[in-house]
Amino acid sequence: MDYAAIFLIQVAYAIASLALISVGLAVIYGMMRVINFAHGEFLMLGGYAVILPVQAGVNIWIAMLVIAPVTVGAFGVVVERLVIRPLYGRVIDTVLATWGLSLLLIGLASAVLGYYQEGSKPPLGSVQIGAYRESGYTFFVIAVTLAIMAALYLGLKRTRFGLLARGTMQNPAMAAGLGVDTGRIYAATFGLGAALSGLAGGILAPISGVVPVIGATYIAKAFITVISGGATVLAGTASAAAMLGAVNQVVTFLATPVVGEVALLAAAIILLRLLPAGITGRLFRGGV
Amino acid sequence: MKRAADRIGIAAIAILGLGALIGVPHVVELFTLVDVAVYCILAILALSLAFVWGFGGILSFGQSAFFGLGGYAYALAVINMGESTVPILLGAIVPMLFAALLGYFMIYGRISDVYLAVITLTVSLIFYHLINSTAGPEYAIGRARLGGHNGIPGLPPINIPGNAAAQLDYAGTFRLSLGALLLVYFGLRALIASRFGRALVAIRENELRAELLGYDSRRYKLIAFVIGGGIAGFAGVLFASWGSFIGPGVFGIAFAAQIIIWILVGGLGTLAGAVLGTVLIQYLTTWLGQSKSVAALIGLAKIDTSLVLGAVLILFVLLVPSGVIPTLRKLWLGRRGASA
Repeated sequence: MDYAAIFLIQVAYAIASLALISVGLAVIYGMMRVINFAHGEFLMLGGYAVILPVQAGVNIWIAMLVIAPVTVGAFGVVVERLVIRPLYGRVIDTVLATWGLSLLLIGLASAVLGYYQEGSKPPLGSVQIGAYRESGYTFFVIAVTLAIMAALYLGLKRTRFGLLARGTMQNPAMAAGLGVDTGRIYAATFGLGAALSGLAGGILAPISGVVPVIGATYIAKAFITVISGGATVLAGTASAAAMLGAVNQVVTFLATPVVGEVALLAAAIILLRLLPAGITGRLFRGGV
Repeated sequence: MKRAADRIGIAAIAILGLGALIGVPHVVELFTLVDVAVYCILAILALSLAFVWGFGGILSFGQSAFFGLGGYAYALAVINMGESTVPILLGAIVPMLFAALLGYFMIYGRISDVYLAVITLTVSLIFYHLINSTAGPEYAIGRARLGGHNGIPGLPPINIPGNAAAQLDYAGTFRLSLGALLLVYFGLRALIASRFGRALVAIRENELRAELLGYDSRRYKLIAFVIGGGIAGFAGVLFASWGSFIGPGVFGIAFAAQIIIWILVGGLGTLAGAVLGTVLIQYLTTWLGQSKSVAALIGLAKIDTSLVLGAVLILFVLLVPSGVIPTLRKLWLGRRGASA
């Protein structure tokens, strides 16, 4: 019984962390059709934006929930202006340019910060469940992911910015014709996606530690989740994360974490053979 | 006019190539010879992507997966068999089979360009994680241990078919690598000029139109993808035997990016560009990696390869998107047009 509870918590955690690392990428892809290859490095920057202030004596919660998203979000706005904007409409060139940015950031981080970084211990201690213990941080990650998804839903559905953003996403020319400054919407969207990536990187930093190349461990899963989900930001990320996270965790439980990742990829490839535009290409159309 | 120029170009490359094949080992130092051999091997890998992406229009960002798969297939087979002929064949066949399987799902699923790019790259990264997790002694195939992140060292050099004792020396490895490069280059040129190649280019230009003319675009693309996988795998075989080592780094994201950069720098849609781009970038990263004065100039102790590659990639995409060879060709033709 306790064992089953632990197992279910682990599955929920796998799904939540998959959604968490993917949501920033999904916002940018869903709104702008740009696959941000530097996504992993945005997560890495978010991690450093937590670890370095904490070492300097800043409270970990402030670093994680404020400093990380704000710095990476601001960085995202700059990147959009310098690298993404000149390449609008050239999807493949954008992918290549962000890949270049990814390498550049890895190179800079290893040159400036070095490969070794001290981690910081996950706060919140542990929770006793029957004969087992589960880290309190696990529950925090699940709760924060749910909160982010809820906030994003409300933001896109209920606010004026959300309305303009969804309009731009559906038909940029029409939105521009009705007087929406689509350039600003794109910049804001890219900044929002980057901020969410920074937040995710910050939240995961106490668990995984941070090194310049940490992005590579996240991006494979994040890419797969986003393209399996399709172009609809929230419904896509949530449904793909639920499916792939569950597959990943169940197989990890039966075999090893690496086999779990292979199973995740195989499931995604088969899914894309059946639904080439992702889950939301067929289901949940017109959602957010 | 253009065809005559093309013929002169082909003849020049053939003569230069054959001359280098015979002459270079007598002229240069051993160290340079070994270096040039690996440039040739990497150029073969670049050609595989130049064909698949530049002529097939398939964005295979994970060409490294086939390269690595070829290298590993060769390594495992050669350790078990002790003779290199069958392992070389396996090193091309295994990646081709894998490309056929993966390509079937992607190409027959008609997923879009960018999705295909992401999936192929992810496949390579998953191989990276997978191989990295095989460090323990329980992961062995026959006598060969997979070795995890340590890779598989101590591979024997390629030998003359049928005679395991007649192993290639450095000059022999160089000749094999350059010979293979020339063979692949001219082979691909012939393939592109054939009926198959023309249909492939037509599909790249306008898939719908080609299909309405009766070509099954999915079949053509899948065949191109499989050929590209086989060439990349063969390059992997040569690479593994060149360094007598293969490790999981070949599946990593930095290596995958490098192949893309070679193509972009040289010029997408040309074969010569891929070779030129490979040599330029490999030379540049090696030189900058060793050069202390350039590093000091920008205030770093050492220049990281990722830093150079990233900067080159961004600059080329923003400023020289068509690459070196097409840009030069345009300048050259423009000047001639103006004087005529």
